[in-house]
Amino acid sequence: MASNPFVTAFELIASGNPELIQIMGLSLRVTLSAVLIGCLIGLPLGAVLALTRFPGRAGVIVLFNALMGLPPVVAGLLIYLLLSRSGPMGDYALLFTPAAMIMAQGILILPIVVSLTRSVVEDLWIEYEEQLRSLGTSRIRSVPTLLWDGRISLLTGVLAGFGRASAEVGAVLIVGGNIAGHTRTMTTAITLETSRGNLGMAVALGTILLLITLTLNGAAYGITQWSGGGGR
Amino acid sequence: MNSARSLLVGLALGLASLPAKAQEFITVASTTSTENSGLFGHILPIFQEETGIAVRVVAQGTGQALETARRGDADVVLVHARAAEEQFVAEGHGVERFDVMYNDFVVVGPSDDPAGLGLAETATAAFAAIAKAGSPFASRGDDSGTHIAEQALWETAGVKPAGNDWYLETGSGMGATLNTAAQVPAYALADRGTWLSFENRGDLEIVFEGDPVLFNPYGVMLVNPERHSHVKVDAGQKFIDWLISDEGQVAIERFTINGDQLFFASAKQ
Repeated sequence: MASNPFVTAFELIASGNPELIQIMGLSLRVTLSAVLIGCLIGLPLGAVLALTRFPGRAGVIVLFNALMGLPPVVAGLLIYLLLSRSGPMGDYALLFTPAAMIMAQGILILPIVVSLTRSVVEDLWIEYEEQLRSLGTSRIRSVPTLLWDGRISLLTGVLAGFGRASAEVGAVLIVGGNIAGHTRTMTTAITLETSRGNLGMAVALGTILLLITLTLNGAAYGITQWSGGGGR
Repeated sequence: MNSARSLLVGLALGLASLPAKAQEFITVASTTSTENSGLFGHILPIFQEETGIAVRVVAQGTGQALETARRGDADVVLVHARAAEEQFVAEGHGVERFDVMYNDFVVVGPSDDPAGLGLAETATAAFAAIAKAGSPFASRGDDSGTHIAEQALWETAGVKPAGNDWYLETGSGMGATLNTAAQVPAYALADRGTWLSFENRGDLEIVFEGDPVLFNPYGVMLVNPERHSHVKVDAGQKFIDWLISDEGQVAIERFTINGDQLFFASAKQ
């Protein structure tokens, strides 16, 4: 740790080191893909869960709430066993690929999106039920309206999901294998540099990861401000 | 459910494969000592240049690497625990084991050497001295090649270290264990490659080395295609053949850190 890690971080970024760019690009691609998948499934699922009543609904809600605390390494292990050549989905040859990492992170994000969407949509439904009913909109038909109305609260949930996925190392290490140039992400690179005793580089990479997260959150905040804060 | 699953896979694949790579590659399960020391970073570009085959290295402990190969998740496995490797081949998981190279283990510890390892004649005596003094010892505790070698040394020394309060099982890789040893400070058994490339040494230094029992041989095996039909036999065998060829062996010998050679060629020609 001869030099200041923060100086190292900025030197790294300024140097445009192609390996670093590749790692940053992969990390973003994996996490944003996982967020996208988590939202495509989680937003409708959460809304439907908020607006429908069926036996066992309480159990499903509790399950998704509990899964928000799923240890990433367990999520990784499950995906590993699923995708391993000896596992049920072995023929897809997905283990040690970015796709495997997207699946693992998607599993971590999904419960956050589902639970938050359910909570937001439930509240909105209570508020707008009469109005929507008077327009003759059914519960299911009102899902897009309610999701749009709650977009700003939902964005917070999506950012929480992004944070959980981008900060996580246990799952992507197991299912990605930290292969140089192929599945090495910011977090697995940080783990590797730490294990090399190269703490300065590890902190530098951590600083860069933090900057990426800050930038994205700043952008998200900017969007909510710009859109007039019309929702909640 | 099934269609939902295919959809998910398709989506994940579609997103993951944006920059499509059609390049031929093999997956090699290997150890942290080869990857973290930078050996692969040195030799793989030479191999790829020559054959056009990219090598994707998954660096794990020897036990985990063999398990990865056993499950069919790698084409080639390169590790360092001869008995475990021979068992791997005997059980039909690997085709044949080839000697590739060796390095050696060193015992590192606090520079004031509280257990007096500097006076020990043999590695066994050094380990006995640690136990006798009750000095902290950081063990990998992860079934890696280094951990297996360490356990053999305790056994020869007639010591049962587990359960003693001076015996710290980190359950993690070589680097993480060295980070722990540097903080305690504690003794630890390390492969020379990881030690030479390790930067956070603190007060640690080599306190014992040179006993022939600390010899650390690496073997390479192709995963048995009869067990796992998807194993890339041709490309995998090409990699093994190259490793044990004159050219591969020279590439291994030429890898140095600050002028120190880390691995010594040992393929039988």
